[in-house]
Amino acid sequence: MKREYDVLVVGGGPGGAFAAKTFAEKGYSVLLTEKRPAIGAPVRCAEGVGKALMHEFFKPEDRWVAAEIEKANIIAPDGFKMELEPEKAGAEVGYVLHRKVFDRDLVWMAAGAGADIQVKTRAVTPIMEDGAVKGAILNQGGIAHEVRAGLTIAADGVESKFARWCGVDTTVPLREMETCAQYLMTGIDIDAHATEFYVGNNIAPGGYVWIFPKGDKTANVGIGVGGDRCKPGNRPIDYLNRFVARNFPNGKAIELIAGGVSICQPLPCTVANNLMIVGDAARVSDPLTGGGIYAALYTGKLAGDVGSMAIEKGDTSAQALMPYDETWRASYLGKALERNYQIKEVFVKLNDDDLNAIVHSVSKMNLSDFNTLNLIKNIIAANPKLAIKLGKAGLKSLLDSF
Amino acid sequence: MIEVHREICAYCGCCVSVCPEGALELVDAYLDIDTNTCKNCGICVRVCPLGALEAKK
Ligand SMILES: Cc1cc2nc3c(=O)[nH]c(=O)nc-3n(C[C@H](O)[C@H](O)[C@H](O)COP(=O)(O)OP(=O)(O)OC[C@H]3O[C@@H](n4cnc5c(N)ncnc54)[C@H](O)[C@@H]3O)c2cc1C
Ligand code: SF4
Ligand code: SF4
Repeated sequence: MKREYDVLVVGGGPGGAFAAKTFAEKGYSVLLTEKRPAIGAPVRCAEGVGKALMHEFFKPEDRWVAAEIEKANIIAPDGFKMELEPEKAGAEVGYVLHRKVFDRDLVWMAAGAGADIQVKTRAVTPIMEDGAVKGAILNQGGIAHEVRAGLTIAADGVESKFARWCGVDTTVPLREMETCAQYLMTGIDIDAHATEFYVGNNIAPGGYVWIFPKGDKTANVGIGVGGDRCKPGNRPIDYLNRFVARNFPNGKAIELIAGGVSICQPLPCTVANNLMIVGDAARVSDPLTGGGIYAALYTGKLAGDVGSMAIEKGDTSAQALMPYDETWRASYLGKALERNYQIKEVFVKLNDDDLNAIVHSVSKMNLSDFNTLNLIKNIIAANPKLAIKLGKAGLKSLLDSF
Repeated sequence: MIEVHREICAYCGCCVSVCPEGALELVDAYLDIDTNTCKNCGICVRVCPLGALEAKK
């Protein structure tokens, strides 16, 4: 078995698979190692992604797409439903994917491009020499062996242990961990082309309930709750069971999903000597929506592009890899993360009266020139009490983030 | 002592990400606790979406 590669990728999610594919296409030898026996399973996702974002990378295969989404509904704590029709709102429409199929196809593509793949093989320790990562010790079937690599990509998802072992603190603060439970439900009466979001402190404190259709009468019905709001008897699974009992008493749950999404700021630095950190491991999931598929694809590919150039020049030091960190921060993604972090900081403090007032006032707005900044200005104008609550500093940081 | 109720745990990794000591590790579907590094802070117990962790005296 080969024990030396140009690139070692730890983790076979979208971030790792896209990085591996990119390096392999440029002719480098790549090993992608995934600790689970099957790529993409169990699913840790509600599987929604914006169409335009997806199209940046590919035209999705039919088998990846469970449903096409045309509009979103937001339901206020008082039950008032606001429809956000994207044609009117200018917001993008989306897909709900089959991640089991999608994730596996991405790894398939990486293999097709020449990457070696090992499943049920866990990276257990980085090889550190002179303050630089030189690969990792992998455990495969109970046997540990060394794999040396010039460059290692930490794509190990929300757990993000690999970078931590390399000396980067990846701990997510409790209050910034969105803790989630989800059922794949069937036999439920839903609009197969609309996503629904329920907000409210009795429904999902510090988060929301989502319904993401996956076809006729079938949807991911899930919830995220702020980690600090989670208590015995009021854990995500408890809130979810109550929501389902109220809204879909006759629905059938055919899959249970648990998971966590970080809603913190990205890591202060996403490179180290011979190491690049991508996707959830870098804490680049969206702090407001919890979405991280696009971010994983984007950072995975960018790591492949920047890392390849660094290998070619024979310098993969942290300094030589910095353009990766700088590029994603300056990109659409980096800016959206910054802005949505500020919005999230406001959102988690809202009480139900605030939430009701916001949803009602947004529904009355003329959204012909819809964008987030306009939306926020309008919300604040319609709800002066909210502006007081945010305070000068809060308002400033919110508006500055645009 | 933190105890894992394996019948409840769905090996999602949420607790792993918040442990300040790095004492938790998911070995595929098996959540492992390093009792030498765990400081019994209880953060993992709070965050688990399913309530699979319990702090025992
Ligand atoms: C409940 C829930 C709902 C979500 N809903 C959405 C949504 O609707 N839309 C969206 O865009 N995003 C959503 N997300 C976020 C999305 O799932 C992640 O952002 C995305 O999967 C990140 O991709 P990744 O490649 O960085 O990590 P992952 O997909 O998590 O992949 C990491 C992989 O690394 C493996 N691994 C970990 N440690 C090791 C190791 N030591 N050795 C080898 N392999 C290892 C893991 O087994 C895993 O397969 C949701 C998340 C959750 C939990
Ligand atoms: S958070 Fe709970 S369900 Fe998830 S791995 Fe930890 S103990 Fe298991
Ligand atoms: S109790 Fe604290 S230190 Fe121990 S495993 Fe849980 S989070 Fe980590």
